[in-house]
Amino acid sequence: MGNPPVSRILLIKGPQGLHARPAELFARTAMQYEAAIELIRVEIRVDAKSVLQLLTLGADQGTELVLEARGVDARQAVEALVQLVDRDFADEKNLNQEQAR
Amino acid sequence: MKFADFICHEAITTDLEADGKLEVIRQIVSVLVSAGKIEEQEFEGIVEAILKREELGSTGIGRGVAVPHTKHSTVEKLFGTVAISPSGVDFESLDGEKVHLLFLLISPPDRPGDHLRALENISRQLRDDTFCRFLKQSITPDDVWQLLEEADDNQFAS
Repeated sequence: MGNPPVSRILLIKGPQGLHARPAELFARTAMQYEAAIELIRVEIRVDAKSVLQLLTLGADQGTELVLEARGVDARQAVEALVQLVDRDFADEKNLNQEQAR
Repeated sequence: MKFADFICHEAITTDLEADGKLEVIRQIVSVLVSAGKIEEQEFEGIVEAILKREELGSTGIGRGVAVPHTKHSTVEKLFGTVAISPSGVDFESLDGEKVHLLFLLISPPDRPGDHLRALENISRQLRDDTFCRFLKQSITPDDVWQLLEEADDNQFAS
């Protein structure tokens, strides 16, 4: 701690916004890291490891959010979360379902 | 969006007895049928759709709260209800806590913004410890409704 946070800007791309499923994936991914991770929308700052808190952002399509992580694995955490948002929250489960359709 | 905009007062339940996800969702949807919000013949399809959504990832959002939901083609305006389980339901929430408070939502297929606003309202209000605790302790549907009205009047969350 004491160091500046690792920070990135995220853009929510999906037409449904940061709804329950992406919020769950985001929190689940964030929880894999020790770093303290926060997501910020203008003046609202929330714990990225809490689904409930992420939903309070009400981030719809096109919303820009600031991701900040502090701690030993902050860089890796930010990398993983940026990737998750970049691929629009497609995880293995979703991909398999898409293929099954 | 306020609770009064989408919560169906007549379908609020404070005495869920079942402790499994399937039974609890069936019970809540059946109350919505009794309240006239859902046609009888849609019952099985809606229960199935909600459970299918749960398979993608639990809607347990933490703090003992879950937001099971689905879209349905016959619905023109988002609605939902509140159900309380005094004994708790195992919902596979990320924080491992049993769920005592359920907000079940059914929305039209083409209004993702409304769904997001409802989730935003629910989660913002529940961030307040007092509101969350009082809701879980509610004995009657009228107690729940009164708390929701107070929350709509900004008496809890900032």
